[in-house]
Amino acid sequence: MTGTIGDGAVHRRVEHLMGMPISLALRGEHADDALADEAWQKVIDVLCDVDRVFSTYRADSFVSRLDRGELALADCPPEVAEVLALGEQARRESGGAFDMLLPGVDGVVHLDPSGVVKGWAVERAAAALDALPDTDFCLSAGGDLVCRTKVHDAPAWRIGIEDPLDPTSTIAVVPVHNGAVATSGLAHRGTHIVDPRSGRTPTALASVTVVGPDLTWADIDATAAFALGRAGIEWLEQRGRQGMAVLADGTAQLVNGMSESGERTVGVHT
Amino acid sequence: MRRIIFWALSTVTTVVLLFGYHTSTMGASASAPPSLVSGLAPGQDASSPGQTTRRTTRTSTRTPTRTAAPAKTAAPTTGPTTGPTTGPTAAPTTAAPAPTTKTVTGPVVGTAYGPVQVALQVQGSTITAVNVLQHPAGNPQSDQINSYALPVLVRETVDRQSANIDMVSGATYTSTGYEQSLQSALDQAGL
Repeated sequence: MTGTIGDGAVHRRVEHLMGMPISLALRGEHADDALADEAWQKVIDVLCDVDRVFSTYRADSFVSRLDRGELALADCPPEVAEVLALGEQARRESGGAFDMLLPGVDGVVHLDPSGVVKGWAVERAAAALDALPDTDFCLSAGGDLVCRTKVHDAPAWRIGIEDPLDPTSTIAVVPVHNGAVATSGLAHRGTHIVDPRSGRTPTALASVTVVGPDLTWADIDATAAFALGRAGIEWLEQRGRQGMAVLADGTAQLVNGMSESGERTVGVHT
Repeated sequence: MRRIIFWALSTVTTVVLLFGYHTSTMGASASAPPSLVSGLAPGQDASSPGQTTRRTTRTSTRTPTRTAAPAKTAAPTTGPTTGPTTGPTAAPTTAAPAPTTKTVTGPVVGTAYGPVQVALQVQGSTITAVNVLQHPAGNPQSDQINSYALPVLVRETVDRQSANIDMVSGATYTSTGYEQSLQSALDQAGL
């Protein structure tokens, strides 16, 4: 797409990390210059660092060694405690539909904070792009993304929500100036989400999308709601979240945890 | 078959965990946990292979100054890995005493969300619970004005083709599936 801001086009970059595509769209003052290159490199560095600490696929990551009892929390970077605290909060608030302690193929419970790490990491990596003056960005990691608009009067980023039953097309569009969009489902990776309470793959929903101020929680909430199945829609509304769910039969249902509709401003702090 | 390893390691684990905590709270700068923040600066990568190797060595070999006990009990780590693979798992499991449950408290760490403290409940070498002693609070983007709208359904075929989108949110896709994805088409259009 070639949407424009002023007379500046959208400039895009892609890198594959941790087995998923990291896509960046930039527009504005520093959309395609040395500062943009530098910020993009920082994004990649942050994500690689996160992977080295948190990856459950790496036997030498801090989380893997913590899981094996080789390390204490105090030996890990402080970010590990931060992520574990977020995951535990999510477990409590979802009635156990979100859990970091999951039975592995060996039947033993393992520490797997992956459900927290992705959104949290992208939000963290976005800080390098926040530092680019007068430059808007949209940063996506495997379909979960953060949007920022800093240019005055810039249009919202238009985010297409993939149709889980037909991934070649979008089922909805959501305009985002500043915020995050996360979608959970089984469309591409097969059965990678398991309801920790039953050990089974949830089937009532095809996908859940959460639009919110912060990707950390948008991602967590989308994952938990997907695991909850039909009850996840009501759960999201009770939490005051917005987004949409696509049922297994392809029916889309909007989630509007707030009563009024349309564009709104939330989370304003003075 | 891994259970006997866990049982054999349970004592070691507890000691290791306790030592790990003790060491770091003593504030030796060399053993201070690296911060991801430093990863932003090239050359100061906190998780560099060198650092990782050094830390691994430290935990697995146990320096003699700590105590002789962990070094001795650590020895079976190489033994049982080959031993129990041939033997039945039931016998060692029933013969082994039930692993004791310990709660190991981490330090208070400052985060973008506020101070956080977490304690792990460990049974043998398995983490059985995460307890949050001090919750993070607040918004990491306190100066950020967030604005977004509800999704708008695009039902018509025409709308779908001309939706004019900047990025795609979809169920986690892998690099393998990326080539066929809408996002890939978008990225290529902009390159």
